[in-house]
Amino acid sequence: MLKEINAVLAGFGGQGILFMGKMMAYSGLIDNRELSWLPSYGPEMRGGTCNCSVCLSDEPVCSPLVTAPNVLVAMNRPSYDKFVNTLVPGGILIYDSSLIDVEVERKDIEVYAVPATQLADEKGYKGMANIILLGKLLKVTEFTTMDTMKKTIEKVVPARKQHLIPKNVEAVELGYNA
Amino acid sequence: MSERVLMKGNEALAEAAIRAGCHHFFGYPITPQTELAAYMAKRMPKIGGTYLQAESEVAAINMVQGAAAAGIRAMTSSSSPGIALKLEGISYMCGSDLPAVIINVQRGGPGLGGIQPSQADYNLATKAPGHGDAHILVLAPSSVQEMVDLVAKAFDLADTYRMPAMILADGMLGQMMEPVVLPEEGHAREIEKPWAACGHHGQRKHNIVNSLYLQASELNEIVKKRFERYAKIEETEALAENYMTEDAEYIVTAFGATARIAKAAVREARKEGIKAGLIRPVTLWPFPKADFVKAAETAKAFLSVEMSMGEMVNDVRLAVECKKPVYFYGETGGVIPTPAQVLEQIRKIAGGAE
Amino acid sequence: MSVVFEKPKALADVTTHYCPGCTHGIIHRLVAEAIDELGVEGRTVGIASVGCSVMSYNYFNCDMIQSPHGRAPAVATGVKRTRPDCIVFTYQGDGDLAAIGTAETVHSATRGENITVIFVNNAIYGMTGGQMAPTSLPGQVTQTTPYGRDVHYAGYPVRVCEMLSTLDGVEYCERVTVDSVKNVMKAKKAIKKAFQNQIEGKGFSLVEVVSTCPTNWGLTPVDALGWLRENMLPYYPLGVYKDRSAQKEEK
Repeated sequence: MLKEINAVLAGFGGQGILFMGKMMAYSGLIDNRELSWLPSYGPEMRGGTCNCSVCLSDEPVCSPLVTAPNVLVAMNRPSYDKFVNTLVPGGILIYDSSLIDVEVERKDIEVYAVPATQLADEKGYKGMANIILLGKLLKVTEFTTMDTMKKTIEKVVPARKQHLIPKNVEAVELGYNA
Repeated sequence: MSERVLMKGNEALAEAAIRAGCHHFFGYPITPQTELAAYMAKRMPKIGGTYLQAESEVAAINMVQGAAAAGIRAMTSSSSPGIALKLEGISYMCGSDLPAVIINVQRGGPGLGGIQPSQADYNLATKAPGHGDAHILVLAPSSVQEMVDLVAKAFDLADTYRMPAMILADGMLGQMMEPVVLPEEGHAREIEKPWAACGHHGQRKHNIVNSLYLQASELNEIVKKRFERYAKIEETEALAENYMTEDAEYIVTAFGATARIAKAAVREARKEGIKAGLIRPVTLWPFPKADFVKAAETAKAFLSVEMSMGEMVNDVRLAVECKKPVYFYGETGGVIPTPAQVLEQIRKIAGGAE
Repeated sequence: MSVVFEKPKALADVTTHYCPGCTHGIIHRLVAEAIDELGVEGRTVGIASVGCSVMSYNYFNCDMIQSPHGRAPAVATGVKRTRPDCIVFTYQGDGDLAAIGTAETVHSATRGENITVIFVNNAIYGMTGGQMAPTSLPGQVTQTTPYGRDVHYAGYPVRVCEMLSTLDGVEYCERVTVDSVKNVMKAKKAIKKAFQNQIEGKGFSLVEVVSTCPTNWGLTPVDALGWLRENMLPYYPLGVYKDRSAQKEEK
């Protein structure tokens, strides 16, 4: 388990990047940890590239803006290109290999390629590639427990979409085991 | 004690204001503070309060002025270009001794500038909040929790000293989410306002809320009296966080979101054996001079880190009276300095000064 | 001995700074009479604007707030929205209401703010010494239109009642003048109605009073009234421009 997570999550607007970050943040809230969630904002919210910084720690968070992440989740090529070299040595890269066709050059990082969008489409979780990647992130970093993650899903899925709770849990599990 | 909840800075400011007894909000949309107005639009009708979208920032601040003159806690919020428009109203409120809270979620300028975080309104807020001889209280939170805490403090100070108070935040603080504990509802301080223009009901002579004094000697006297009050505030209300300053040779100073980045750099510097510390002014006006004077006795040098071309740095220089060198490092236009960049500056100064 | 004439209670017993022959005195009195007759002085808050009438905060006995130039309707909005039991009026000149404060005027009107606006139109900036106002007439000589207001250069005057009458939020607007006893009586009726509307919660009411400025027009008070009748009234016809409640009754 990583004691301190400084994550950058990045992709296109509409892929649920900010939501993925919020899930991490809420898990931290439930676990009673220190945390921050900082989105990119402005025109980027409207369909362009989109990213957010998430910090989880047992100490008060200093800089909410993560410039040297130890975790990077990339959901498109421009985001991969922009952030891969900011990862600290030994950092963790998780990327959607169905959208990013790349030979990762860095040898000093842990790399996890998950064909999340393809998995989502094939297994009936369309539009939930972000949740699948979150599952993988959970497995690799243990930023929280599966139990907290389930509580998080119950908390963040809005009241009128309660029927989607099991689906989200399944998507997390799918990524966890991918 | 309420439970910990996760809130965006902008929303936390809004909820904190409501819990501080402010049930009347007048605003105008502008990025990156719009969530605050949207939150108010949602909450106010449910608590019988006012959310009114004004035709301009100018109108919004004057609505706040009307409410304040009538003795009511009211607030407006905006971001840098909109705050510039509000300065007319703020100056009149200073001249009329009216309390209110103004939120400034700063963005890059000048002109339309950008929408990313900035701290380039430091001078506007602390030096020239409108025309004429005047000050407003300026509070600079550096976390979402502190945004909550300082809103209540701002209302109390404003009412106590009969002057406007500004929360000087920035786009990063406004947009980020952190856990907060909100104060319980219904515990806001109520401060008597016998001067308010809200109808004399045949009980007293009529109240006049006014900033016009055509006799120069009269205005001279009134402004001087007001500055006596300011002097008292400077003596009693200045506030700063001192972090690892006791044995620090190099004092980094920063406010708001930048202070967190500076703190990260100070920690890293300590790991490298550089005796760094941080002074984080919480009140920008009054400026916490005493903390700097004290630090200047032992520190070798100061470094002011800001999201501007260097504004607070001048107050630091004045505070230490040039007894020690004061360096500056800043990024502007929405670029946020990184801990690594600040650390590099600390190393440079530590190397050069030794 | 019986009292046949006295100051309205809502009018302060002080000497005003207005020039001899200025119609502000009459209009102040009418406002004060309306407040007295409606018995609302104790809960009335007046908003003084910037211009000759700025010091009206000293001339009324109700609570008063002096507002920035043009912003009186916004300040009034702030009072009325937070203290709905107060009776709130603004007292504004033409420069204040129809130039620098046009946005505040139009938007408080279209929001239907439940306030009363007394608008004094004398076609000139009095306080600053006789410059062109938004309501200065075509050809009118002022300090800043020394060759007469050239509408192709300086634009046309603003007709406030006509403009505001198009807004759905407006309850009532009427243009009156105070050049004769008969017209003073009419003006009184209009001003009282504008306050009465607010008491009844009907919404935005504005009374435009076509007035004189003998000093800056360079005329005697009597000649100024003549100039008003000959030049201003044809451009600014008197009458009710909107009366939403009366219109509803007709239908």
